[in-house]
Amino acid sequence: MTKTKTQTKTVNLSDNDLQTFSGARIILECLKKEGVKDIFGYPGGAVLPLYEEIFHCKEIKHYLVRHEQGAVHAAEGYARVTGKPGVVLVTSGPGACNTVTGITNAYYDGYPIVVFTGQVSSSLIGNDAFQEADIVGITRPVCKHNYLVKDVQDLPRIIKEAFHIATTGKPGPVLIDLPKDVLGSVMEFKYPETIKLPGYNPTYIGHPVQINKALNMLYNAERPVILSGGGVVSSDASELVVKIAKAFKIPVANTLMGTGSFPGEDDLSLGLTGMHGNYWANLAISECDVLFNIGSRFSDRVTGDLDRYCPKAKIIHVDIDPCSISKNVPVDIPIVGCAKNVLSDMIENIDKKELEKSQKLRASWLKQIAEWKQMKPKSVPKSDKLTPQQVISKIYEVTKNSDALVATEVGQHQMWTALLYKFKEPRRFVSSGGLGTMGFGFPSAMGAQVAYPDRLVLNIAGDGSIQMNIQELATCVEYKLPVKVCVINNGYLGMVRQWQGHFYNDNYSETLISGPDFVKLAEAYGAAGFRVTKEEEIEPTLKKAIETDGPVFIDFIVEPMEAVYPWVLAGDPIDKILLGDSEKE
Amino acid sequence: MRRTLSVLVENEFGVLSRISGLFSGRGFNIESLTVAPTQDPAYSRLTLVTTGSDKVIEQICKQLNKLINVIKVTDITGEISIDREIVLVKVSAKEETRSEILRISEIFDGKIIDATQKYYTIEVSGDEYRIKSFIELVKPLGIKEMVRSGKVAITREMQVNGVKAL
Repeated sequence: MTKTKTQTKTVNLSDNDLQTFSGARIILECLKKEGVKDIFGYPGGAVLPLYEEIFHCKEIKHYLVRHEQGAVHAAEGYARVTGKPGVVLVTSGPGACNTVTGITNAYYDGYPIVVFTGQVSSSLIGNDAFQEADIVGITRPVCKHNYLVKDVQDLPRIIKEAFHIATTGKPGPVLIDLPKDVLGSVMEFKYPETIKLPGYNPTYIGHPVQINKALNMLYNAERPVILSGGGVVSSDASELVVKIAKAFKIPVANTLMGTGSFPGEDDLSLGLTGMHGNYWANLAISECDVLFNIGSRFSDRVTGDLDRYCPKAKIIHVDIDPCSISKNVPVDIPIVGCAKNVLSDMIENIDKKELEKSQKLRASWLKQIAEWKQMKPKSVPKSDKLTPQQVISKIYEVTKNSDALVATEVGQHQMWTALLYKFKEPRRFVSSGGLGTMGFGFPSAMGAQVAYPDRLVLNIAGDGSIQMNIQELATCVEYKLPVKVCVINNGYLGMVRQWQGHFYNDNYSETLISGPDFVKLAEAYGAAGFRVTKEEEIEPTLKKAIETDGPVFIDFIVEPMEAVYPWVLAGDPIDKILLGDSEKE
Repeated sequence: MRRTLSVLVENEFGVLSRISGLFSGRGFNIESLTVAPTQDPAYSRLTLVTTGSDKVIEQICKQLNKLINVIKVTDITGEISIDREIVLVKVSAKEETRSEILRISEIFDGKIIDATQKYYTIEVSGDEYRIKSFIELVKPLGIKEMVRSGKVAITREMQVNGVKAL
């Protein structure tokens, strides 16, 4: 090990692990023990001792972002595509406060990140010191758990617990606040081997009685639907969902967070359900007799009007978080457990004879769904401009045979991506669901690219959203992270404008938004920039972008007035679907 | 429904704030809340009285359980538990009411813990109905100041064939 100022003596000569380190050094040693290779961060006064250690550390690569929010989104992007926790390091006060949106985003969607924040010295806490913020208090409701380290002796235990809490149960963000004096204090370092958290025992195995009840319900279902949510992705249960769906011949709808959890081009796939869900997916859920929800928390964007949500159905709900069960939708068979375990237990217990009998029950249901699948939304081009749907469909065509990772921002382009990009596998779609954070896509794509330097990473963005964290282009250029940003540029905050059009008499209040010349901007940052205005340019430009080393911005100038359909208005039941301007159901 | 929840938590700073924050953030009611360390100083016991539909109470229990520092949540509403509250009341003591105050205090096993020429301070403990009736009775005499502790509750032990009822 390299000698540093703080590593002054070896306490136990026979045991190399037991050495006296500073708090700052201990953090890095703990990160190494946790297998952390990459961290996203931004230095500042309160974390100087830690950055001194980073300067000497060869095993962990630090990515200097351009805004702390970008660091947290990058860490979440990293976590989403790898399943491993993303790590963030920022300074006190403003640095810490800038992490709040990112932490909340990870909390909503349930992805593991560990955020280290600097804090003023213990003696100054509470005195309104320079760059002091009560970040533990601020983030308490949006973290799975958080810590203020008061004594360096607690540091290894807290870090061990933090990684454990972040990555187990329903994953989520954990924050560790580090007073500057703790970073400087020394102790004999030993990483704990066990964790003692008496109040934290997530349930992983589903109750066998409930599992059998669920199987019986599925055998007898004539019109069943599987609703596959984010829990399927984060527990890596996709293959099992496919197995069950195929064995029982049950069509599968997915939530936004469940995108990719079932192969989009499979005959049994219904695709996205909810506010902008496919017509057939929403109709199938409204008409089904058994709804098998795996790992979705029944958010309001999925259910629409709760009183009229799948009125004819018995509901089976698998969720690792007991709070999600019967919170919004009362269920008939609750199963608390990890989707992966529950589904594999189900598969093991399938009765072959019952299964054969039951498959025959569903022939007319599948036929009905095939008929519904003919109802597609109408795109009505109002000019000779490109439509956003054309662009996104073409992006799909060009990249569908690759293992591309696709991030989005939030808004119309996000919904079109979820509808039109038919993901084959999970962990390839990176998008902000619960919190709906504009500005999430670009930094999260950057984090995904750090995790997989050799894979194609796209960020499909709106011209509004991309401007919220556009500063990370400098980070991408600096670290040669070749994220390809496809700006669907309609000159509007399109989703908000769409609502204004419908609910506020076309009064487009503050939704017309200008932006920079994205091509010139990309060039100014040292990246490549292309502009596409015609259909025949889409494919060659995409190919050129993919072949270009380094990050690329493609500015797709599209028809400004296009709206996302299908559309279920907020508060309506999900089978009341608008399919286009002129067509109302 | 009105429920009494007994919540065992780790005795760490910020735990109370996590719990009160959960109630305010999710729009749950807190009627009263008491908290103090248990016989093991590593843990604290909260007794919390809340109101809500069955669905809300279920969410409250689940959300509390979800907090890392919460060890156990038990609904101890009703006959399975014994509860007590303490009230300290400063009553105006006039020449003609002093004996009345003493009489009422006696009925409720109260204690006069402070007395001046103008005021008597009475301490009464008991279940909430007892506290309420006491307050009703002294109210006409003129309450200057009053503090109530909020409820603490403990489960009953019932030895039935050597088996604990709980």
